[in-house]
Amino acid sequence: MATQQSRTLGRIAVAPSVIALFLWMIVPLAMTIWFSLLRYNLLDPNPFCSILSPGQLFDEANRCLAGTTNYYYFLTDPAFFKAMTNSLLIVGSVLLISVVGGTLFALLLDQAIIGRNIVRLMVIAPFFVMPTVAALVWQNMLMDPIIGFISWITKSLGMGAVDWFTYYPKTAVVIIVAWQWLPFATLILLTALQSFDEEQKEAAQMDGTPPLSFFWYMILPHLARPITVVVLIETIFLLNVFAEIYVTGTGGRAGNLPYLVYQYGLLANDIGGASAGGIVAVVLANIVAFFLMRMIGKNLEG
Amino acid sequence: MARAVSSRRKWTFTILAWALAFLIFFPILWTILTSFKTEGDAAAIPPKFLFFDWTFENYGIVQERSNYFKFAMNSVILALGSTFFALIIAIPSAWGMAFSPGKRTKDLLMWMLSTKMMPPVGALIPIYLIFRDFGLLDTRGGLIAVLMLLNLPIIIWMLYTYFKEIPAEILEASRMDGASVWKELVYVLTPMAIPGIASTILLNVILAWNEAFWTLALTTKDAAPLPQFIASYSSPEGLFWAKLSAASTMAIAPILVLGWFAQKQLVRGLTFGAVK
Amino acid sequence: MGTISLKNVRKVFGDHVIIPGADLDIKNGEFVVFVGPSGCGKSTLLRMIAGLEDLTSGAIAIDGKDVSQAAPSERGLAMVFQSYALYPHMSVRNNIAFGLKMAGVPKAEIDSKVAKAAATLNLTDYLDRKPRQLSGGQRQRVAIGRAIVRQPQAFLFDEPLSNLDAALRVNMRVFIMQLHKDLSATMIYVTHDQVEAMTMADRIVVLNKGVIEQVGSPLELYNNPDSLFVAGFIGSPKMNFVTGSEAAKQKAHTIGIRPEHIDIVEGKGTWNGKIALAEHLGADSFLHVDADGAGRLVVRAPGEFRGKEGGAIALKPDMSRLHRFDDMGGVIR
Repeated sequence: MATQQSRTLGRIAVAPSVIALFLWMIVPLAMTIWFSLLRYNLLDPNPFCSILSPGQLFDEANRCLAGTTNYYYFLTDPAFFKAMTNSLLIVGSVLLISVVGGTLFALLLDQAIIGRNIVRLMVIAPFFVMPTVAALVWQNMLMDPIIGFISWITKSLGMGAVDWFTYYPKTAVVIIVAWQWLPFATLILLTALQSFDEEQKEAAQMDGTPPLSFFWYMILPHLARPITVVVLIETIFLLNVFAEIYVTGTGGRAGNLPYLVYQYGLLANDIGGASAGGIVAVVLANIVAFFLMRMIGKNLEG
Repeated sequence: MARAVSSRRKWTFTILAWALAFLIFFPILWTILTSFKTEGDAAAIPPKFLFFDWTFENYGIVQERSNYFKFAMNSVILALGSTFFALIIAIPSAWGMAFSPGKRTKDLLMWMLSTKMMPPVGALIPIYLIFRDFGLLDTRGGLIAVLMLLNLPIIIWMLYTYFKEIPAEILEASRMDGASVWKELVYVLTPMAIPGIASTILLNVILAWNEAFWTLALTTKDAAPLPQFIASYSSPEGLFWAKLSAASTMAIAPILVLGWFAQKQLVRGLTFGAVK
Repeated sequence: MGTISLKNVRKVFGDHVIIPGADLDIKNGEFVVFVGPSGCGKSTLLRMIAGLEDLTSGAIAIDGKDVSQAAPSERGLAMVFQSYALYPHMSVRNNIAFGLKMAGVPKAEIDSKVAKAAATLNLTDYLDRKPRQLSGGQRQRVAIGRAIVRQPQAFLFDEPLSNLDAALRVNMRVFIMQLHKDLSATMIYVTHDQVEAMTMADRIVVLNKGVIEQVGSPLELYNNPDSLFVAGFIGSPKMNFVTGSEAAKQKAHTIGIRPEHIDIVEGKGTWNGKIALAEHLGADSFLHVDADGAGRLVVRAPGEFRGKEGGAIALKPDMSRLHRFDDMGGVIR
């Protein structure tokens, strides 16, 4: 409750951000949809179909209506299926690693250990490393088959070196991405754990609750909400993993949907095809987002 | 109240935690160490840990060859610029939603969050073409606008959760004291929210600094920030590990330090206030 | 200077009627207390006078000038909030000066006014502290200081003492009454505590579910409550209510008698029963009596009453002090 005047002012104050975000969302989306229906290649001008162009902007000479052809080609491109599975693989495995690992780490760091603050700083550090740096450091200095640090260890142990980026590019990308997101999950879950009521812990001790039951019936329900949040946030970012693939040059085999669209558009200059791919990515992301928002909505209300 | 912990258990956990933390931190530590080696030591097998010829020459060479400071300057300008403009429209917005909420405020906030879920590739092509045709490619102005819009939902959410904690009675008191809306924002709300605003700035700077997708796609050299600088080391120069390490260390060091300070705020900001 | 009148003031929020229509005239210099249980609309009414809430319909005039649509700052009122609402980032000095600064008062004048207010409120030594460095009572005084420097048409207090401990509350109550005497300004004071209402008010406005039940001086309300609600709300301990055959004998649905208006008699009284509990306050004792036909009654016994719990007792009400109510809760005179 407040006065009409203050409500009106409130609306006016909210307006600029709403307008900006609305435009940021709708203008590119509308254009992407429009482009996706065109035959539109920057390198392959087609002089016979310039009639459709509304103005001089955007290479009017190269495009004509293509209907759903772009979608047809994009969806039937074997690369699409591969990119889809790669996208899901990256999201799924990194989520699994970071949530399970993050929970365990958080439980460990919540104990009375010596130098806890320093340990925590070390654990969360990778989250602040920019993706391009993470990718380069892992690719060259750690995973290089000849002089990388990991191959030195495996060779010293007599297991021989692994050429990660040639034989296991997807695993390599998942490791790099998980290395950045595990700290995030740990940080969030640890913060949540530290808000756990100390008296509840003591009550459980008085009741003689075994540690595993205590974890299952007390800690896990307490973490349900932060875990939901971690899943939501990570999914948003993980669906859009790009730099790690781009920098390591694993796009051919480990490329996900964003990378494929980038390939279509900025590498092959097929604007129509790339736009169709972009719309497919938007639709997929929305399906995921729909379920996540419902889950989150439920969890955040309570 | 401290729980009684047996010292054996404490030591077990301590050793385990330190070992795992070291493992996770190792890539960063290794990068920093390597940046002080000569190229020969950097590629040595077995690896040299601490006993090598410490040198600072890599930093000089990297600066000289690829002009680190230009990229770093761009990173600073992009991060601060996008944060500044985002705050200008986010503060009134969060104020409106926190202190004169309507029936739709919750929906509006959820909608703002949902714009973050839109995959950038869905917008990449049009933004790229718009940028190209308006001469915005590889300009700081263009990229500031993109980064600002990208992080605006998080900024608004974060400020909203901070403002929510300020009692409405204090703002009402200033209204009774005769402050206009503008004065209320400037003299009462903003100073009270300074800690919240500072954390918001910190988080946004980190996010903008590390943003790679848009900066890689929309810049080439003039406006290119540090992610692009590092990416330029990916192919031929990648063989020079000591220099790559020096470049990497310079690219991540500022944000690593900021990030360590901003842990708590980061949790709050990135979870939209759901975890404090 | 400082008359306030409300004409058919209504507040509706969605389908929820908060104030169905209130009329009230407050004279200059009067100390008026709005009292009622929580959720009765007293704070909403105060905030409407302040301009922090809109009127759905009706009109509010201050000094004869219609201010129904005016912003809070244009009404010339000052308010003391329940949480004090001090600006945490400003020193006490700046808290008190803020309103004057907003009004564009020259610096020298601000300084002298702040100094004067601080002296009145015993805050002179604390002017450079931040609110968080003050005790509850000091914060309360700063909030009052912030109000008095502006020399408003009227002061509005929204449950100002409810965050203080009991001892301090009594001190501040006296302090505010003294302030009212010294300034002789109009004050409207909202509370849920009938003791505050009785001790401080020139006139009490009793609100129930958004409706003004009765307006009158404390003694008027005490002696002649218009309704069951007012009778039950004013006075401590609460008035005893009896229904059923005992009430029917008096031709009423409900009869009410205050604990202090029942005498303890020897032998047989109007009501006879057993003492269930006794509360000894020193100056007087309150006995909870299970009386035949009348149910549980609270009776005031002067001084140190010697009766035992479980002992028999005979009671006789002062019939001239008996209140009779109909089945709608209205008084029968």
